[in-house]
Amino acid sequence: MSATATAPAAAPAPEVAVEAVTIERDGWLRWLTSTDHKRIGVLYLYTTFVFFLLGGVEALLLRIQLGQAESTFLEPERFNQLFTLHGTTMLFLFVVPVMAGFANYLLPLMIGARGLAFPRLAAWSYWMLLFGGVALYGSVFFNPPEAGFTVFAPLSDDAFLPNAGVDAWVIALLMISLASLGSAINFIATLHHMRAPGMTWSRLPLFGWAVAAYSYVTLIATPVFLAALAMLLIDRKFDGAFFDPGQGGSAMLWQHLFWFYAHPAIYVLVLPAFGIVSEVLPVFARKPIFGYRAMVWATVSIASLGLLTWGSHMFAMPLNDTLRTIFTITALLAAVPAIVQICHWVATLWSGTIEARTALHFAAGMVSMLAIGIISGVFLAIFPVAWQLGDTYFLVAHLHYVLFGGAVLGVFAGLYYWFPKMSGRMLSEGLGKASFWTMLVGLNVTFLIGHSAGLSGMPRRIYEYPESAGWEGYNLISTIGSFVLALGIALTVWNVVRSVRRGSPAPPDPWHGNTLEWFTSSPPPLHNFDAIPVVSSAEPLADIRRALEGDGRAGA
Amino acid sequence: MGPTAPLRRAPRALRAALPAALALALIRAPAALADAFTPESGGSINANRIDSLYKVVLVVALIALVAIQGTLVYTLVRFRARRGALAAQTRGKRSLELSFSLGALVVVSVLAVITFAKAGGIEDPAASAGQPLRIDVNGQQYLWRYTYPDGTFSYHEMVVPVDTTVLLDVRSADVAHSWWIPRLGGKVDALPGYTNETWFRATEAGRVHEGQCAELCGRNHADMKASVRVVTQPQYEAWLAEQKSDIAEANKLAGQEAARRAEAAK
Repeated sequence: MSATATAPAAAPAPEVAVEAVTIERDGWLRWLTSTDHKRIGVLYLYTTFVFFLLGGVEALLLRIQLGQAESTFLEPERFNQLFTLHGTTMLFLFVVPVMAGFANYLLPLMIGARGLAFPRLAAWSYWMLLFGGVALYGSVFFNPPEAGFTVFAPLSDDAFLPNAGVDAWVIALLMISLASLGSAINFIATLHHMRAPGMTWSRLPLFGWAVAAYSYVTLIATPVFLAALAMLLIDRKFDGAFFDPGQGGSAMLWQHLFWFYAHPAIYVLVLPAFGIVSEVLPVFARKPIFGYRAMVWATVSIASLGLLTWGSHMFAMPLNDTLRTIFTITALLAAVPAIVQICHWVATLWSGTIEARTALHFAAGMVSMLAIGIISGVFLAIFPVAWQLGDTYFLVAHLHYVLFGGAVLGVFAGLYYWFPKMSGRMLSEGLGKASFWTMLVGLNVTFLIGHSAGLSGMPRRIYEYPESAGWEGYNLISTIGSFVLALGIALTVWNVVRSVRRGSPAPPDPWHGNTLEWFTSSPPPLHNFDAIPVVSSAEPLADIRRALEGDGRAGA
Repeated sequence: MGPTAPLRRAPRALRAALPAALALALIRAPAALADAFTPESGGSINANRIDSLYKVVLVVALIALVAIQGTLVYTLVRFRARRGALAAQTRGKRSLELSFSLGALVVVSVLAVITFAKAGGIEDPAASAGQPLRIDVNGQQYLWRYTYPDGTFSYHEMVVPVDTTVLLDVRSADVAHSWWIPRLGGKVDALPGYTNETWFRATEAGRVHEGQCAELCGRNHADMKASVRVVTQPQYEAWLAEQKSDIAEANKLAGQEAARRAEAAK
């Protein structure tokens, strides 16, 4: 089995003639000034992974504090700062922009373009993201924000948190949001105007569709968030009263505006991870994706329903009955396309010949963990049940199954799948699989038990709990799990560091991929392709390979 | 073996795997309904109703979960690349695709119908043996203040008579808080500028139900506890009278102290 899995390409490599092109010089100034989508993509990926590791260290500190009852490891103030940084970092500096990183690098390659529509906007977006991150982490040297990543008014008002932490958060988020708006515009323009000849929308790889959904949702939801941030800044710095009930403002307004953006940010902007899995599974099952059209519709539905579900975070608020009914219905409906995608992924694997490479491990693990996250989300969509489970560790567990199980495992699948393309080096399969299994065990040990902690009444965001509450056992298990999880991530970090220097050279198409990024050298040259092929299906490279093999009958 | 053979076999085997997984889930479901798997309840009828609604969702969820995970694992094992095996080049199957979408839609629709059927009994206050008791609940960093109909108030611990419907007006004096006593029902947010409503009817005298603020409200959010002590009607009246005289006494002492200070200042 492993013999067939590891035997690489005796099959003909796609026609690549890029050797004549001069390779860019690799000085540090090239990195600072580059407008090449691939360099910017790599910058995005490195930057967001550094933030991912920072957010991970913050999570471990939180877990150490919660591992035993009445712990005094962290002061309450420090605990609040850490979970605020953890949530903000993981969501706004990792999950959302890492998808932009993959899209920057891969979208032009997958659609057979020589670059993004607006190369300088891409560079600008990256630097805005980086400086936004620096603005947030700069606050570590005075007062980090401590109002949670949800920054609910009026706790976030200067009357209650007068120090500059929340200001740093607002400035950081303004920059980060402008960055993601810039990328969204760039991706949309690229998708609409720069597809290879013959690549109609119905032949766009599913990752492209996912990026389209990601970009349109960003385009619709982010301006609302930008407005909310500006309003909060006016409230804090210029005695505004948008969210101050004492002066006729509304604290609930912040929640509406925030969740209108943050619900899609959590549940829709993970879509590119779905797209990654939709690319990886067919390649290693050696089978086309099951029901391409239905997958596209599901992607579009997740995006549209995601924009109508923000109120499901507000069931315990003084929301009127009609709105509560509507948001229960939209939140339940939102589960449907996600379940449909999960079923289609399983059906894609069904009666394939599955090559269990590391990327496939992560993709299959993502399907399995996402299923838990989506199903636990159904509990929180039903408002009377959400009254018991919302704002508890049940919700924390659910959220992490979606964001870690769905997004991070998807991102790791993408990392193992595309690392050879991006770096020209292969990652170690052994280390990769060890990393996967350690992460999978760690993830479940950490978060599965969280459901029980929440069901026993443990609210989120508490820095301590008494022994009499009976939550210590659950929390100790979670804390142990979180270190297992960290070990799993460390194995991948080691794998990457090791392979960047000493990995075996990657051929242009190590996995026998279906899409055009494998139709060029690894890493691709500055102009991506010498010749751009005419596309006649959603798997253009599979077509080219078949044509080279002279086996036209297997084609679509 | 031609590439069409597994293609034809696939959906049939999938259909066989699903009922097997469902049956397995049904056998295991009762064991899963242990305490660590259900929300707190038992103090009030609305908490019990949330608990039973939750259990309906739990059974559906476990069936779906076992079906998905079971099929996924079976697929990964059964269809690993083997020498001579060929992947079926199928691009989809309309009937199967429809059944995925419609199946998921039907399940969530059924859940929605059950939810709305049950919601009334959870939202609307139940009929009370005597007059319902209305208490004003006011959240402040980091304590809860309860004001009873006659103006008497208490902090931290609320005292209520058994079998009486208690209507709560939940407010906040500063930032957002959330009132939550798990055994007495779901949480309601206390938001400055709004009055949020909830209710409970305690079923058993002599019990104390613990809870705490469930919305981040500042550094000592974790210490913002609340409890509800359930007593008999005579005990409640006695407590109320005592609390009232204690407050009057305290006010009197404070007044005397203020007068003494004013005297001393002259």
